Amino acid sequence: MLSTLFSKYKRLPCLLLAVISICWASYSKAVEDYASARMAMVRLIAKEAKDIGLLTDMKSLDHKVLDVMAKVPRHEFVPVFSKSVAYENRPLPIGYGQTISQPYIVALMTDLLKADKDDIVLEVGTGSGYQAAVLAEIAAKVFTIEIIEPLGEKAKEKLKTLGYNNITVRIGDGYYGWQEKGPFDGIVVTAAASHIPPPLIQQLKKGGRMVIPVGTRFLVQHLLLVEKNEEGKVQTRQLLPVRFVPLTGKH
Amino acid sequence: MSKNFDSHKILPLQPPRLTISIISGTALAYEILLMRLFSIVQFHHFAYMVISLALLGFGASGTFLSIAREKLLANFQAVFLANIVLFGVAVPFCFLAAQTLQFNPEEILWTAAPFLKILLVFLLLALPFFFAASAVALALARFPQSISRIYAADLIGAGLGSIFIIVLLFLVFPDKALSLLASLILCGAGIAWWETGMKPLNRIFFFLVLATLPLAAPNNWTTPLISPYKGLAQQMLLSGSKILTERSSPLGWLTVLENKVVPFRYAPGLSLNATVIPPEQLGIFTDGDSLTVITKQLENQAGYGYLDQTTTALPYHLQKPEQILILGAGGGVDLLLAKYHQVPKIDAVELNHQLVDLVVENYGFFSGDLFKGPRVNLYTKEARGFVEKTATWYDLIQLSLLDSFSASSAGLYALSENYLYTVEAFQKYFHRLQTDGILSISRWLKLPPRDTFKLLATAVKALEKEGIPHPGQHLVLIRGWQTSTLLIKKSRITDQEIAALKRFCSERSFDVAYYPGMATSEANQFNVLREPFFYEGAQTIINDRHSDAFFDQYKFHIRPATDNTPYFFHFFKWQLLPEIIALRGQGGMALVESGYLVLVATLVQALTASLILILLPLLFLKRRLPEKETTAQGKWQIFVYFSAIGLAFLFLEIAFIQRFILFLSHPLYAVTVVLASFLIFAGFGSAFSKKIIKEGGKWSGITLPVAAMTILVIVYLLSLNTLFAQLFGLSDVLKIIVSILLIAPLAFFMGMPFPAALTRVGDSRPWLVPWAWGVNGCASVISAVLATMLAIQFGFTTVVLLALALYCVAAMTSLFMD
Repeated sequence: MLSTLFSKYKRLPCLLLAVISICWASYSKAVEDYASARMAMVRLIAKEAKDIGLLTDMKSLDHKVLDVMAKVPRHEFVPVFSKSVAYENRPLPIGYGQTISQPYIVALMTDLLKADKDDIVLEVGTGSGYQAAVLAEIAAKVFTIEIIEPLGEKAKEKLKTLGYNNITVRIGDGYYGWQEKGPFDGIVVTAAASHIPPPLIQQLKKGGRMVIPVGTRFLVQHLLLVEKNEEGKVQTRQLLPVRFVPLTGKH
Repeated sequence: MSKNFDSHKILPLQPPRLTISIISGTALAYEILLMRLFSIVQFHHFAYMVISLALLGFGASGTFLSIAREKLLANFQAVFLANIVLFGVAVPFCFLAAQTLQFNPEEILWTAAPFLKILLVFLLLALPFFFAASAVALALARFPQSISRIYAADLIGAGLGSIFIIVLLFLVFPDKALSLLASLILCGAGIAWWETGMKPLNRIFFFLVLATLPLAAPNNWTTPLISPYKGLAQQMLLSGSKILTERSSPLGWLTVLENKVVPFRYAPGLSLNATVIPPEQLGIFTDGDSLTVITKQLENQAGYGYLDQTTTALPYHLQKPEQILILGAGGGVDLLLAKYHQVPKIDAVELNHQLVDLVVENYGFFSGDLFKGPRVNLYTKEARGFVEKTATWYDLIQLSLLDSFSASSAGLYALSENYLYTVEAFQKYFHRLQTDGILSISRWLKLPPRDTFKLLATAVKALEKEGIPHPGQHLVLIRGWQTSTLLIKKSRITDQEIAALKRFCSERSFDVAYYPGMATSEANQFNVLREPFFYEGAQTIINDRHSDAFFDQYKFHIRPATDNTPYFFHFFKWQLLPEIIALRGQGGMALVESGYLVLVATLVQALTASLILILLPLLFLKRRLPEKETTAQGKWQIFVYFSAIGLAFLFLEIAFIQRFILFLSHPLYAVTVVLASFLIFAGFGSAFSKKIIKEGGKWSGITLPVAAMTILVIVYLLSLNTLFAQLFGLSDVLKIIVSILLIAPLAFFMGMPFPAALTRVGDSRPWLVPWAWGVNGCASVISAVLATMLAIQFGFTTVVLLALALYCVAAMTSLFMD
């Protein structure tokens, strides 16, 4: 019977093989496409960030940050229908009224955090999980809190699949930080808040840095950098991510 | 039936004027209702754009009718009726379909992808207006001898419709109003059946049964789907969120939200040094956004200490005010701060009566009756009107920060007139201050500075106009990372106050941006900017006699806002555009107020669509018209004439609405009274125009009203301000009567040029009647958008003068029309 089946459909194995090889070819082509798109994105980010004068001592983005941006697969963190534009330098909607930030802003924020390989970082507002992944490539451990349950679950799953074992995702209210895991060398607050929660400032280590994007979901107006010095005193800096001088000519 | 052009003239029918009134009334009601619904579903400025564009449905009806005039007129009754039924069906369904197309308007700044959705929304919403306008245009084309009477019915119906919908929105929620409107239109179809003499008469019942369907449908079939990007939608995603109460009026849809799991903790501008966390709060959202909170009563006053850690608390540290006025009470946060500082007498003003009702009555228990008691007087009034009328002197007047940060940061208010932040308004506040009194204004902080500088410039101008020799001696400006607070003191700032100011700021890590005698080294200490922008800008605006050059060179528009150009939130300058586009990759779009770009985009789209709608029928007509009509002769005059009067009518209407908002001191009443009066009296004018033409010859219907309008408008421009100042103390009812009396003669004449000219077109070239109607419809759409744009740039007086010029152009063109 099997032989009759084979004789009847003798072309089937060939057909299957062809389909599989086409799939494989398009998959590796896609992976290759993503990789080259990612590299183009990194070059663009590096170019955009040059001489913006975000900080007076900063001429360009840290190579470490650019390397990480070239590594993390952003297309894995965007919805299926946005995959083709995953490496465009713009924010994308990810559902629930949330966005995955503009890669340029992610790079600036990561750079501002000045994280090291031994650092422990807290992120409030996991969103897609992309920023956490970028941080996890640099820091020792990343703890991230997401308040919208389905979003948090999705990010948790994704980060696990991608093998980010040094990221812990928790679903809940980020206002009180993560006392047991702190104090932190760096904190990123991507969730909109009417003010900086006092518990987060308390959980920032001396010498630590906190970065907050201020603006709307699709447009970051400025970045807020909070620094705690060795005496525990807090100072903030408000940084424009654009190369812009508000005055023309001299006055 | 013969296919002759004027075949319809043999039918002995009267124009269905009652039906026309109902269609126009419901169409206008629908327009206002859509504005309400889309402000809930989306954001206000987006609502403004799609609805402006949807009104092009009027223009489209003209195009459609021009092309298919003969066939449609041959079956006038059936087509007329079909349009009304389709209008009734489209009213709910087009909205329901349009609201499912969700996206964030800000995405357009990054990619053109949402554009298709916007196009679809616009086309969907244009449909109902198309059907309504087609019915009216059909009647105009069918009864050219009754044009002035049909147009009168159209205008009067629209005027009544505007009153009807405002009243209705006080009574029911907007989604319910939508079903009611659909019902009403279908009833209108029944009336049309009777009025057009359709047989058998008892079929009217079919329409009446049809009309009950929208009301009989399940209760929530028209519920608005709120955009996931709005504050309320975001809150509803959190566990523990529970809607306690909802209220709705034309002023907004209020939602009271409770969350015991993830509390609101709303405390904008809180110092980084603060250790006290805000207590339990209830959130009140207006139209699903702009949050205000009611704070729970605490046993221990220290629990309110967080309020003292915001920039708004500054004036209480310079003085111990005895009597204060809070403009914009909202949920009572500023009131709580005043109570925390034990102010003996507090007056608070809030515009929205439903909000007052919620915070005072329904949730009074929650706040420990914050608004009650001998120390507090709460007035349900418009803030500026209250200040102009009150006889009380205040130690402190506080202008609250009630708009939301996200809306402010995205520049959604760029198009909204605001009479609280103008030079004249500041002067009025100043007049109610005690000798050492302080006016305190807090705003969201933007980078690079915009609001803050404009506020400062407005204050300096107001002080100068008050004859203060050194305005800089009366001003203090501080900033946190999120908010800034400006103090304007009636007397000079003292050394003790400066010492207190420095203490207040250093304890909270706020920066001082200006006080008289401030040294450069004191600037930019805590919230460090690349350069001390705020300090330098403040110094220039306050002390530099060349601040004019600074205003010119600054890349944002920060010249003082005035009552003539009341656009405090408009900062965009055209020369900024190329730079912003170049900075796109860095997120440079955040430097523009998207509200203004939306306005520009609306105008461009309206112009393009109008051009197509106006030119299209000409191509068709060319092939089918009588021999003598093949040349363009005559059409140019019709085009210029109907465009000019379409533009001019709305220019005048919009500019006068703004004048009367200040006089009636309530935006809602002003818009309703002025709009309805304009339409109704223009309707009377239209009805009367036939008589003028009959008695005074065919030119009189145009030249006479234009002459009368010119005189009236010039008299009004010269005398209205003085008159309003004299009559401001009158009661609200008397003010409304005065307003109607002032508008009536002007509107009466404004109603004449359209029917007078259209009647003549009807006499000589009836096939061009629908085209003229379409031209006028397109011009009206463009006019509304253009009026705002011109007012932002040049002020309302210019808009009025332009309207006059346009009417004169129309009058001159009419001389060449035959």
